[in-house]
Amino acid sequence: MAAIDPAGSAQLSPLTGQPNSDPFAGVDFDELETSLRRPRTLINILLTWVVAGMTLLALGPLFSVIWMLFWRGGKKLSLALFTQLPPAPLEQGGGFGNAIVGTIIIVVMAALISVPLGVLSALFMAQSKDGDRLASAVRFAAKVLTGFPSILAGVFAYGVVVLASGGFSAFAGAVAVSILMLPTIMLTAEDAIRMVPARMKEAAIGMGATKTQTAVMVLLPTAFPGILTGIMLAVARAAGETAPLLFTSLFSSYWPASGHHLNLMQPTASLAVLIYNFAGMPFQNQVEMAWAAALVMVLMVLITNLIGQSLSQRQVQS
Amino acid sequence: MSDRVFRGLCYSFAWLSVLVVIFIVLRIAFAAAPAVRQYGLGFLTTRTWDPNQDQYGILPEIWGTMYTSVLALVIGTAFGVAAAIFMSEGYLGGIVFSALKMFHVQFHPFWGKLPERLENVLKNLIELLAAIPSVVYGLWGLFVVIPMIRPACNWLHMKMGWFAPFGTDLSGPGVLPAVLVLSIMILPTITAISRDALVSVPPKLRMAAYGLGATPWETILAVILPTAARGIVGGVLLAFGRALGETMALAMLVGNANSITLSLFSPANTLAALLANTFPEAQHKEVGILMYAALVLLGITLLVNMIGAFILQRASAGLEGAK
Repeated sequence: MAAIDPAGSAQLSPLTGQPNSDPFAGVDFDELETSLRRPRTLINILLTWVVAGMTLLALGPLFSVIWMLFWRGGKKLSLALFTQLPPAPLEQGGGFGNAIVGTIIIVVMAALISVPLGVLSALFMAQSKDGDRLASAVRFAAKVLTGFPSILAGVFAYGVVVLASGGFSAFAGAVAVSILMLPTIMLTAEDAIRMVPARMKEAAIGMGATKTQTAVMVLLPTAFPGILTGIMLAVARAAGETAPLLFTSLFSSYWPASGHHLNLMQPTASLAVLIYNFAGMPFQNQVEMAWAAALVMVLMVLITNLIGQSLSQRQVQS
Repeated sequence: MSDRVFRGLCYSFAWLSVLVVIFIVLRIAFAAAPAVRQYGLGFLTTRTWDPNQDQYGILPEIWGTMYTSVLALVIGTAFGVAAAIFMSEGYLGGIVFSALKMFHVQFHPFWGKLPERLENVLKNLIELLAAIPSVVYGLWGLFVVIPMIRPACNWLHMKMGWFAPFGTDLSGPGVLPAVLVLSIMILPTITAISRDALVSVPPKLRMAAYGLGATPWETILAVILPTAARGIVGGVLLAFGRALGETMALAMLVGNANSITLSLFSPANTLAALLANTFPEAQHKEVGILMYAALVLLGITLLVNMIGAFILQRASAGLEGAK
């Protein structure tokens, strides 16, 4: 803009093409110049730096959390943590082996409930025609569940499983967590199945395959990486959920077994509830153990997340 | 034959997932029904919680839920939208590109990809904020945020104690630490949705504004933000729904005091934290009353989430029209 020379173009007006003695009358050329003395330019630069600073500030907590996890939790990390039971108050040492096993049991059970339900509903949604009432109802239900407060999943499982079976159990926790896993699995699986090229489906139908054969032998295998991504993301979220477990699987200081058999119908420890319980205790050993458990849990969540994301990238490439 | 079985299976599972949602809502509503009948709407407007005298009210919890969520939303929106603008304008890539230009390696096969890669890293870092479990944020809030802000809070209380939000001193858990941690937790939601809304603004609008002589920031403030406003508002509402239902960080940081307070430094309580703290030891009678509180929370979050989803749907439809 600064390249326009007002003196050189005095003969013809750029707007009308007519001779004009002063075609730029009323134009303040200083105002158009990019100069640090102009408030517009200054505000432009200032706002850019403000936004950059706010973005950096927003990332500060992330680095602080990770630093604290490795600093306070990493100090305590040892093999004993994974094999021993939680310590009693004022006791030294101990571990959270039962909580790790408990978390895995609850998440696996929750996945066993939500994966078949989620994937088959997604298959139905992806196969349905536009404007199908049931399909849009399912999609709406999934969206409602996406914003569903996690504590209410616990309240629901308490009402349905704990009150009916007469006690806190790993199974009740799994029911609560499966409700929270369902929408992620459903919505990502639907997207993945819809992304399967139409020509593959048409080829299968053209060869005389039934709808079931098309779905099981063509659609699901092709969409598998995408579906697995959704499952991994849901598992990562489930592993960190605390609120729904507080009054469904409760907590236990022992292994989730009675005698030598796995018992799913008794109170079961989980990493998340262990962190919550130990964080509020006035004992140094317990607080350190909470940090170590948080480190283990965050690593589990992040690794699951990373596996899920690398799968989705592979899908894009194919 | 097997074809019909499998299709029937898909059909019934689709029905099942709809029924599960209806069942959840009805189950909580039925469990709450006796308490609703006994306490009526007075439950929402009284402030005593006394199991011994059989008197229950959740006004302090409703107030605490709203107060913490709205404050967290203000902070989270400011930082979340700022981060979204920073990312959608490609500032980081621009800065790195001009730095590379100084060394004349901006088209180098390795260094030339750096701006794009760093933008991706930034996006993943913001998403990482959402991947950290809320109980870990609670732990971090207890042992990092509270000790860090306590001197500043107590200084503010000493100097400006007449101002209601600074009316008490911060002795431990309280509203402000809860709000700070909550705003960090909802930031990724706001940033992700706002970024999508900003990126999908038609580029011709930006070009037209530049052509009129507007500076980049005049364009952002006067053209791009208003065009993307619907999408941003939808994202903010979804984040609000998340904040209302967030449990663990608040149960650990808000202090669980049954009081209505304007002070940022005194303990308070929220609906979700009340459920988390009272449910494990609740007696049969109290369970029904907690179910009533859960029903109230369910109603509020469902309403906010549905409005948010509706606005987002309208926003994407509106932008398709603009193209």
